[in-house]
Amino acid sequence: MTQPLIEIRSAPHVKGPRSVEMIMRHVVWSLLPICAFYIFQYGISALASIVVVTATCLLAERAFVRTGTQAGRLADFSAVITGVLLALTLPPGFPLWMGAVAGLVAIALGKALFGGIGFNVFNPALVGRAFVQAAFPTSIATYTPSFLAGRFTEFIPSSLALPLMTPAGTADWLQSKNLDALAGATPLAKWKFDGVVANAIELLTSLSGHIAVGPAPALILLCGVYLAVRRFMDWRIPIAVLGSAALTAWLLYAFDAARYPNPFFMLFSGGLILGAVYMATDMVTSPVTPRGMWVYGALIGLLTVVIRYYSGLPEGVMYAILIANAASPLIEKITQPVTFGRGAPGRSREGSPGYVSRTDANAAIPKKRFLRNKPKK
Amino acid sequence: MNPATTKTWDEFMEGVWRQNPVFVMVLGMCPTLAVTVSAVNALSMGLATLFVLVCSCGLVSMMRKIVPKEVRIAIYIVIIATFVTVVDYAIQAISLALYDALGAFIQLIVVNCIILGRAEAHAAKNPPLPAMVNATGMGIGFVIGLFALGAVREILGAGSLFGVSLFGPDFQPWVIMVLPPGGFFVLGGWLLLFSWIERRKQRRLTEATQNA
Repeated sequence: MTQPLIEIRSAPHVKGPRSVEMIMRHVVWSLLPICAFYIFQYGISALASIVVVTATCLLAERAFVRTGTQAGRLADFSAVITGVLLALTLPPGFPLWMGAVAGLVAIALGKALFGGIGFNVFNPALVGRAFVQAAFPTSIATYTPSFLAGRFTEFIPSSLALPLMTPAGTADWLQSKNLDALAGATPLAKWKFDGVVANAIELLTSLSGHIAVGPAPALILLCGVYLAVRRFMDWRIPIAVLGSAALTAWLLYAFDAARYPNPFFMLFSGGLILGAVYMATDMVTSPVTPRGMWVYGALIGLLTVVIRYYSGLPEGVMYAILIANAASPLIEKITQPVTFGRGAPGRSREGSPGYVSRTDANAAIPKKRFLRNKPKK
Repeated sequence: MNPATTKTWDEFMEGVWRQNPVFVMVLGMCPTLAVTVSAVNALSMGLATLFVLVCSCGLVSMMRKIVPKEVRIAIYIVIIATFVTVVDYAIQAISLALYDALGAFIQLIVVNCIILGRAEAHAAKNPPLPAMVNATGMGIGFVIGLFALGAVREILGAGSLFGVSLFGPDFQPWVIMVLPPGGFFVLGGWLLLFSWIERRKQRRLTEATQNA
């Protein structure tokens, strides 16, 4: 005789299909076209970089999950996202062993140390990138131009450096391709050190040949729109980041057009679009309150432009996002939404739309029994 | 081994391993993080501290019965400062380059909390010989700690150990390792390793008692 199975569960009884694993899977899918275009731009080196960095992240994640001290599982796709995003922020010809170091640091220092998925304070991919930026400043600034002939059969020479060894310089290799060494400078570095402002449309599509850029901004925006429409990402953060960066850049451009580049150049160069759409929107490290998201995004945009203009570094998105990550618990605290039925402190509910007071409605005021100061008649 | 030797050995090993000033007590972090850029710097800093620690603990222990309670800290500091001055001039005489590399951290041995802590907690309550044995253990523990940091930072940051190149001229230095953040990363790594060993030991111990 089988007993009928009675399940006793606590609420919620109706569950949506959205789980961490499902959201992360969709983010990975949305990253695939970006990766494909990136590989189309830079060929086999970019492919190797993405594979090696992601594999290192997964291996590190597996090692830490096995210790039993971590939240999350290997199968929740979060380490894949970290790896792919990290690889997309690195130069295509970044030595593979350094990429592996970056992946290991990203998972170990950026995520496992805090207790796994959901507990990290900083975006893991950016922690990994910040570490290799500080450890190998030359290699991370060495870009190569896109759409080189023979990119699908030939590695960029710096990719295949032996572990712990200095990568080969790319100047000779570029010369053999009839390009000068300057072709390897990113548009931001060219602007910062030579005062050359690249065409914003070229940067947006990244289709015109031989410019040293990251993944195409237009494609990232498109994939971002997909994520925002499917509600896998909050649309407020990218809008706030890009809006605030554009506004700051536009104000400075209006102030002195000779000294500052136009805001479109600011928006589409470097990693701002990738950072705004994929890095800043990391659910763990960004505020959950709607107003907090605006503040957080605006902070990133402002800091990015300030770092790009006034520091020694050509690019500032990474540090801007890391600083905003650190500030996000505080932002969350000061932007708590008002509980239903309770007015904001110091503000009367009268005058807010949709609220009609008794006096407005000419309703009879009921006699109050215990008035401390009786109105004189 | 007779009980007296065991106790002395115990006192000695306490500082070297069980109460290691760097990895267990996490004391004296200023020199630990600041001068461990290379193995030579770390080792000489550790040896200088070891010398000051042993000498001042011996003297403090000898004077423990005549020092009034109220002014003891001031007297300890004067004793420590005397030996630091000796070390300061000695290093200057031996190697000016090393002296410049270590900078103000030699003088700052005066305020190293390991030394004052040992003087206050151990030397002031024990006869000179045990006090010096304990101080030697602590000092060697500190040397080991500094050397562990300095070696890793030099190997990764410059590709060499004691100035001898390990990986040939093509080595890619990890710039971050000779910068202050590198000190924190390496220290964190060592602390992680030590606490992991300690935990594993505890777990084995509980398993053994459960099985028995």
